[in-house]
Amino acid sequence: MELFTNQVLAGIATGAIYACMALAVVMIYQAIDHLNFAQGEMAMFSTFLSWQMMQWGVPYWGAFVLTLILSFAGGILIERLLFKPLAKAPVLTNVAGFIALYGIINSFAGLIWDFTIKQYPTPFGSSPFLGSQLISTHQAGMIGVTVLLLILLFIFFQYTRIGLAMRAAAALPESARLVGINTSWMIALGWGMAAAIGSIAGMLIAPVVFLEPNMMLGVLIYGFAAAVLGGLTSPLGAVIGGFLVGVFENLAGTYIPGVGNELKLPIALALIITVLVFKPAGLFGRPIVKRV
Amino acid sequence: MSAVEDVVTEAPAVEAVPKRAMTLGLGTSLVVLAALVIAPIFVKNFIIFQMTMLLIYGLAVLALNILTGGSGQFSLGQSAFYAVGAYTSAILMEHANMNYALTLPIAGIVCFAFGYLFGKPALRLSGVYLALATFALATAMPQLLKLGFFEHWTGGVQGLVVTKPDAPFGLKMSQDMWLYYFTLVISIGIYIASINLLRSRSGRAFMAIRDNEIAASAMGVNVALYKTLAFGVSAGITGVAGGLGAIAVQFVAPDGYTILLAISLFLGMVVGGVGWLPGSLVGSAFIIFVPNIAEGISKGLSGAVFGVLLFLVIFLVPHGARQVAMVAQQLLGKMIKK
Amino acid sequence: MTAMLNVKDLRAYYGQVQALHGLSFALNEGSLTTLLGANGAGKTTTLRAICNMVRSTGAIEFEGKPLSGRSTENVVRLGIAHVPQGRGTFTTMTVEENLQLGAITRTDKKNIVDDIERMYAHFPVLKQRYTQQAGTLSGGEQQMLAVARALMLRPRLMLLDEPSFGLAPLIVRDLFKILGKINREDKVTILVVEQNAQLALELADQAYVIETGKIVMSGNAKEIANNEDIRKSYLGY
Repeated sequence: MELFTNQVLAGIATGAIYACMALAVVMIYQAIDHLNFAQGEMAMFSTFLSWQMMQWGVPYWGAFVLTLILSFAGGILIERLLFKPLAKAPVLTNVAGFIALYGIINSFAGLIWDFTIKQYPTPFGSSPFLGSQLISTHQAGMIGVTVLLLILLFIFFQYTRIGLAMRAAAALPESARLVGINTSWMIALGWGMAAAIGSIAGMLIAPVVFLEPNMMLGVLIYGFAAAVLGGLTSPLGAVIGGFLVGVFENLAGTYIPGVGNELKLPIALALIITVLVFKPAGLFGRPIVKRV
Repeated sequence: MSAVEDVVTEAPAVEAVPKRAMTLGLGTSLVVLAALVIAPIFVKNFIIFQMTMLLIYGLAVLALNILTGGSGQFSLGQSAFYAVGAYTSAILMEHANMNYALTLPIAGIVCFAFGYLFGKPALRLSGVYLALATFALATAMPQLLKLGFFEHWTGGVQGLVVTKPDAPFGLKMSQDMWLYYFTLVISIGIYIASINLLRSRSGRAFMAIRDNEIAASAMGVNVALYKTLAFGVSAGITGVAGGLGAIAVQFVAPDGYTILLAISLFLGMVVGGVGWLPGSLVGSAFIIFVPNIAEGISKGLSGAVFGVLLFLVIFLVPHGARQVAMVAQQLLGKMIKK
Repeated sequence: MTAMLNVKDLRAYYGQVQALHGLSFALNEGSLTTLLGANGAGKTTTLRAICNMVRSTGAIEFEGKPLSGRSTENVVRLGIAHVPQGRGTFTTMTVEENLQLGAITRTDKKNIVDDIERMYAHFPVLKQRYTQQAGTLSGGEQQMLAVARALMLRPRLMLLDEPSFGLAPLIVRDLFKILGKINREDKVTILVVEQNAQLALELADQAYVIETGKIVMSGNAKEIANNEDIRKSYLGY
């Protein structure tokens, strides 16, 4: 029993990483109706920016805020330069664009900062949290930040006019224009916010997985999985999905014989797909009522 | 008035491509075919090998194109089918001493069954969910091939070495050249069969599902059957391509069939033009040669160069090679009229 | 009186196909005008061209301001509300959110709350369902929601595209009564496109008849309704 509790706790700790990334995924999905495959790389690049600033002597929180702002602007810039021209292109062309962006960012990060792993500081310290060996103060801090972020996003989308406008633009662009919403800028704003949230995820994840250009690859896949599991339309679902995936993965690794590190991912994905077969909108996604 | 056009065209998931626009005219087809037949006589063996791979990946892209362009379903898991095809051929050749040519139909059938069965649960998924499911399949495949349980047949992490066949009937032809022509004949066969499939009753059913699933089912199309069938056919063709690939490369190993292969095939389809079957060859050329070109331009930044080239292609021709072909056709038509 | 909306020589295109062939008409402030015509005559295209949703040439002026070159959202921000064909309901959002979206460009927050109450007074059924997902409403209810959403903009001009489409005759009568009331009491100029000519002529004070992308007839709605020749040859009743 103790093994079980420990594994669940450890799963929640890793789950926080996925939850954080899943939030960024949901954010961009709300804005553009796509999964951005380059999202992890954008987060990684942001994290490197903050690392560089700290190397130059900027204190942690200063670098944190600056990175947030830069990432927001960067997200908007990428959308305006690269993806606005593709707005009328077929969806699959856009997906190809995400893959191209992935290659470009990954390659540049490697050129600027090379591929050796780097230590990344945490503002929460890394001592055991409340005397537990399984969760460190950093991981507890990460869970705290994720939950805070979730609450802020919820308020933003449910109770602010711009949040409502963003949802409308994503759901039905033509109708949104007919009530006077500039849908093109809503998309850009979505990119900016997703990039900013991604940068928070990156900066929180980096102390755990260490900083290097490929650090987000695995995390993004789990983040996607978490977001899809929780329901792509629900930030709350994404966070819960993140924790569930973390726990799933740990329990599968412990209790199913023959599942090494390598098969953890496929098993986690298979479980998610099983869930999706029964709940196609995800666990917490709003089922869409359609009249035909 | 550019703001105006923004409004009118909401890009659909997969554009409707009329049946006739899915293929090339007879004249153009013959020119392309002639080029494919003659070219190997003038080039070195290594280039012949690359041309063989061009055809093989072309087949795999074609298979994805039937699935996506034909029936509107999306797959990031084609590498898994390719791997199953490759291993089927390799195991039959090395463990059962079967003739290489005979292993291909078996690879096709095994993959058809695999794809058909995978298509069953995937029926309930669409869009990103289907993408995630197929993605899971693609990531799981190399791990499954490494499992100790299968190691006796698969050779585990080490993989299997496959013997390259000689030209039969005492033909004076290098192994590479023979394999090229062998692949070419199979490719043409599959290409023609695919066109006929899409022009048949089943093809019409695929396209009806792609364009409007609800309307299709209202017209009496058995949506579940045809969707799984599309998965099966696509997997089957990919399997044959995988088998040919194993023979051409003379080697199968789990790490040759990662998600990167699936992503490449997807890019090939987009660059070639979704739903335009001849574009598969163009797309295949893109995924084989452009990474080399990128590497040639800058070793350290090859990923970035590849990304930039890909962006250039999709900016200039968002609808892929199909768009180029259509423009060329219009120009030609005008010139002839004059 | 100068015209509120002035359309001159409007030509619109879908790709290579020309849908409007030099259409001209004008709307007076405070009027309720109907644009009649058969299927495919170009009625919807005319409305879409006013909001710059199709490629078009010609001059459209609203209160003296030219509309060409403006994006759809900027046309709307001038005070032109457009209830599109198919209603454009945000089906995944609640009824109340749909109404708030109608007022998304307004900055007078206090009045928005009052306006939502006013809409509930016009359309009591919406009040009963204000937390419900809009996609679950019936066709008639969705049409009312669409009209209410458009009114939330506090438009000076409202364009309606076949509001009667797919609705039961009784519901259409209700809806048209409310439109007349909105026109009189709230001083909203209305242009309604209709296939149901008989009802539309009862409601409107001015009418235009459009055929294959051209205006072929215009005049007082009562006169057109009473002219048997026009009714037979263009309106088919």
